[in-house]
Amino acid sequence: MKITRITNGRIIDPANNRDEVADLWLADGKITAPQPGKETETLDARGLVVSPGLIDIHVHLREPGQSHKETIATGTRAAAAGGFTSIVAMPNTNPSADSAATITWIKEKATREACVNVFCTGAITKGLRGEELAPFGSLFNAGVVALTDDGHCIQNHEIMRRAVEYARMFGLTVMDHCQDYSLVGDGIMHEGEWSLRLGIPGWPRAGEEMIVARNIMLAELCDSPIHCQHISSGGSVRLLREARARGVKISGEVCPHHIALTDATLAAFDSNFKMNPPLRTEDDIEAIIEGIADGTLTILCSDHAPHAFYEKEVEIDHAPFGITGLENEFSTFCDILVHKRAAISLARLIALYTAEPARLLKLDRGTLSVGAPGDVTIIDPDLEWTFDKNKSVSLSHNTPFHGHTWKGRAVRTIVAGETVWAL
Amino acid sequence: MKTWNRKDLTGLDELSSEEIDFLLETARAFKGVGERSLKKVPALRGKTLVNFFVEPSTRTRTSFEVAAMRLSADVVNISATASSLQKGETLKDTALNLQALQADIIVLRHSSPGSARFLSERLGSSIINAGDGAHEHPTQGLLDIFTMREKFGRIDGLNVVIVGDILFSRVARSNIFGLVKLGANVTLAGPSTLVPRSFEKLGVRVVHRIDEALEGADVVNLLRIQHERQRKEYFPGLGEYTSLFGLTKARAARLKPGCLVMHPGPINRGVEIDSDVADGSQSVILEQVTNGIAVRMAVLYLCAGGAGIPA
Repeated sequence: MKITRITNGRIIDPANNRDEVADLWLADGKITAPQPGKETETLDARGLVVSPGLIDIHVHLREPGQSHKETIATGTRAAAAGGFTSIVAMPNTNPSADSAATITWIKEKATREACVNVFCTGAITKGLRGEELAPFGSLFNAGVVALTDDGHCIQNHEIMRRAVEYARMFGLTVMDHCQDYSLVGDGIMHEGEWSLRLGIPGWPRAGEEMIVARNIMLAELCDSPIHCQHISSGGSVRLLREARARGVKISGEVCPHHIALTDATLAAFDSNFKMNPPLRTEDDIEAIIEGIADGTLTILCSDHAPHAFYEKEVEIDHAPFGITGLENEFSTFCDILVHKRAAISLARLIALYTAEPARLLKLDRGTLSVGAPGDVTIIDPDLEWTFDKNKSVSLSHNTPFHGHTWKGRAVRTIVAGETVWAL
Repeated sequence: MKTWNRKDLTGLDELSSEEIDFLLETARAFKGVGERSLKKVPALRGKTLVNFFVEPSTRTRTSFEVAAMRLSADVVNISATASSLQKGETLKDTALNLQALQADIIVLRHSSPGSARFLSERLGSSIINAGDGAHEHPTQGLLDIFTMREKFGRIDGLNVVIVGDILFSRVARSNIFGLVKLGANVTLAGPSTLVPRSFEKLGVRVVHRIDEALEGADVVNLLRIQHERQRKEYFPGLGEYTSLFGLTKARAARLKPGCLVMHPGPINRGVEIDSDVADGSQSVILEQVTNGIAVRMAVLYLCAGGAGIPA
């Protein structure tokens, strides 16, 4: 039997409030108690951090149906290269993941081709059309870990209410892409000085905040959790803070681009800076970082949204929304939140990527407890590196971060005791 | 000696005041060509210009065509319906084909903001922006500024009022960028939905009462209400618009003597401008059209590699 001993690393396991230099042992694909002398593999982690395997709960793997953008094979390799041992796939595939058959297809393909754990979300509504509920029961039995219409937002509050109430029966969290269609219209970028200057249709903050407020009210009404995806507006942070202080079961997540870049970057009309929700202003960045620091925002993720080069290489209003992110997100957050801004500790950063998402979606992951799955990420928090999109292992290279330099990077990704990627 | 180093003209926002000045001086030199009986110079002989108009236009396209012919360039016109964009070809691929056909200059009109810049970064041909969505219409901005400067001898310190649908107007943006750089005092007037206060960040004054806006104006530039760009309700109706913001005879009578009335066309008589005012002595609307040729000759000449101001 393979027994791995990771020696002399700084073990940070937020789920167990553990932060100490020690050895970590893996056997039979699980975290195990020390078995001195029996190791068959030794990994020297001196000077490095040994973390529970990182989890990204917002990833577009594009299969089935859009394998020219990304596949389960390439998407999970990108995840591994970013330090992720588990990812949660969004349901806006083709067909959309609104049936047990599609979930089963994804899971079976992942069993054959994925190099990290792939968890599935199911659609809230059939075809993501926001009209009729998808069969939550059979989706749950097929193994979905959450429900979302991501990429779309249910505009009808009654349907959203029934979705949240019905999901409660299965203990499933409903995740929402917060966008009021009537306010946003054909908006492409943050509505402000830059949208006026560039003549690009604006996507106002209120278009997000309106739905965040709606979700707070429905989470309260149904006493059931709603998770707000990719928060971009400072106003949303204030709404979430107030609601969470009252004990409402509402949460929010942040993507790296929303704290690294502003709307001013659209000045070159480069569609690699076009995503939904859009990049906003320095004020929003401040509010979001404050929200991460004070515990209002509890999840970090990528919204990894690969698109083929030729799909993005068009006029700004014709290009699809979205950028890749799996390979750089941990570094971007580590650099900004831990090093540059000192907004949170490294241990908290790791919690936002492990214990917090595991708790939100009730995943049996995100901890180094003895007996837990042997998913481990080894991190060099001080390693400086420059991102080269041409070295990306994702099938698509639609990133605004080409050439950016960050401090902090995962250097080894271990899934069920096996190294799936190492720098 | 001032020079011009750009192969493209995609907007006035990216130009320096010196570059705008140089364009205007060059246009002044070209204006004389149109006043001769033989309206032609050999400056662009042997060059091929493609008018690539993905969005319909008659006035701007014709103006570019006349300008190119006066410079002795060969001109080809392509419209959206005749192009392969209808068959699913991307803008980039269509434009690469035009380049492969050895077009030296591509004049682009397109509904997408940034489309001219998009092509300028990907093609070796000169790209001239003839209107990109609500972003810019630099040659219109230049001809408006040229007309103002011709009348007043300067732009610095002029009080220029732009009235109407600013939010969706590429003409307004090019005017704002150019005029602010050259030192004019720019006031925007119109409904608060179409002239949001945040325009102040571009260095202009925003006013929602037309009489307040017109007081002390040296130039009033009226814009057409662009129904085709508006998918939402921005004001209750054209009647209310005219009563609140139209340049009626009564309002025109209160303008300073010598105040210019301008309009990029096409005008909607009785909506943003009273019919008599459009035809009145203060109106320079048709002079703008004539000046447009000179300005476009200057732009084509300089972007195609012409050096200095022609003798």
